[in-house]
Amino acid sequence: MKYLILIYSNPESREIWNAFSRDQRAAGLRQYEALHESMVASGELIVSEALADSSLAKRVTSRDGQAIVTDGPYAEVKEYLAGFFLLECDSMERAVKQAARIPEAALGLVEVRPIMALDGWDI
Amino acid sequence: MGHLIAPGEGEDLLRTLAPQVLGALARRFGDFDICEDAVQEALLAAALQWPVDGLPANPRGWLTVVASRRRAEMWRSDSARRRREEASFAAAVPDVEPATDDSLTLLLLCCHPSLTPASQVALTLRAVGGLATAEIARALLVPETTVAQRISRAKQRIRASGARFQMPPDGERSARLTSVLQVLYLVFNEGSTASSGAHLHRVDLITEAIRITRQLHERLPDDGEVAGLLALMLLTDARRPARVAPDGALIPLADQDRALWDTAAIREGIDLITRALSSAPPGPFQLQAALAAVHDEAVRAEDTDWRQILGLYDLLRTIAPGAIVTLNRIVAVAMVHGATVALRELADSDDDPALAGNHRIDAVRAHLLEMAGDLDAARASYLVAARRTLSIPERRYLESRAARLGPPGPL
Repeated sequence: MKYLILIYSNPESREIWNAFSRDQRAAGLRQYEALHESMVASGELIVSEALADSSLAKRVTSRDGQAIVTDGPYAEVKEYLAGFFLLECDSMERAVKQAARIPEAALGLVEVRPIMALDGWDI
Repeated sequence: MGHLIAPGEGEDLLRTLAPQVLGALARRFGDFDICEDAVQEALLAAALQWPVDGLPANPRGWLTVVASRRRAEMWRSDSARRRREEASFAAAVPDVEPATDDSLTLLLLCCHPSLTPASQVALTLRAVGGLATAEIARALLVPETTVAQRISRAKQRIRASGARFQMPPDGERSARLTSVLQVLYLVFNEGSTASSGAHLHRVDLITEAIRITRQLHERLPDDGEVAGLLALMLLTDARRPARVAPDGALIPLADQDRALWDTAAIREGIDLITRALSSAPPGPFQLQAALAAVHDEAVRAEDTDWRQILGLYDLLRTIAPGAIVTLNRIVAVAMVHGATVALRELADSDDDPALAGNHRIDAVRAHLLEMAGDLDAARASYLVAARRTLSIPERRYLESRAARLGPPGPL
């Protein structure tokens, strides 16, 4: 089963990060690196990426075959997707266990979503 | 040097020889993990050279020589600490006759209980099936690096667990064989998905699962569960041409065009399961095969012998209880005793923790409500089930059932 682990950022988490010293940031990145490596080593990681700042996002609307592009997300949204891990795990419990190791989980900013598969059931 | 190879012939031959060569090497040298890498490289070399140079007179001998040479090179480059031992086997081994038990020993090792199911599947497909890492990745719909990682981790674990390339003691063998059958069934089920477009490679998994199970049955003809699993695979796969509509939609058993079913596979499956049930105590795979056989024997859906199906589910429920068995049995109850009785049984199963959160309970409820004529409730249950399923074809099917019942009536 595949699971997508979504990591969000919000004003609180951004503030914590901004207040970090250089050493604290380096330690934070090392923690991510170690997490990434252990997910590779367990054969569970399919892909993981960190997303660039949401101010670099483009919102695309197509109308009559024309694309209308606006900058950034909606202004009122404070919580953004910041990165993700796509894993293949034996169970939801296992995916949740992996998600709990992400530092942002301490702030309630991590979500696990099961991925749809193509398997069927003889009905 | 022999004849040219017909397309596909070399590949089949390589896949048959792969576990024999690996078995012989692992038995001779003991270092399963390095032998496995060496055999993979020999297979690759053969895939490149044989179509150009023609098939060697002794293909297995050719592979054994190349693999053991490669293995010696790996040891040499590995480190100086092993240099002492090197001299004793740097020379290529001549063709080694495969021992009867090699392929079974190999299968048992690849499905070692210290491995996760995902690793057992990857290692079995490579070491026993002779598939390349890239082929396994395409079939399992994961990146090649993920599969490579699973295989190397599996081999590390086997080494760490102290397991050796030898037949487990008699006391352990039956439990170990059960885990082999589960892995093979998992491979088969992985392949039994909507087989269209990008997912055509998954059919390879069905072919591999059946091929390996067939070899296992040839090796252990008196094992009822091995025969049962092979029969179950054949009887299930026989319906594949009728299971999926050209647009990718799932077609339920009752609506399938039975003329599309593979009659040769059905005949073979029925022969196998009939023989197995008459000589061995029935196990879960045999009962599931018997169920598949009853469905496959019905010329039209309405000819299905539901009483026999219900009897088989009653038996299966006692020897191998589970959520799917409970739900499928309730469907059989509906066909024999009517939807009202079945809905009552379903209500009793609601408290069953094994069924909690399973969307199939909603799918079955929807089906029974539709049978009972309560169309609004059926529609609502189909939609709940559609929201909860993790399968795209199933969601499509459930949504279409709900849509067929029309918009909700006036309240």
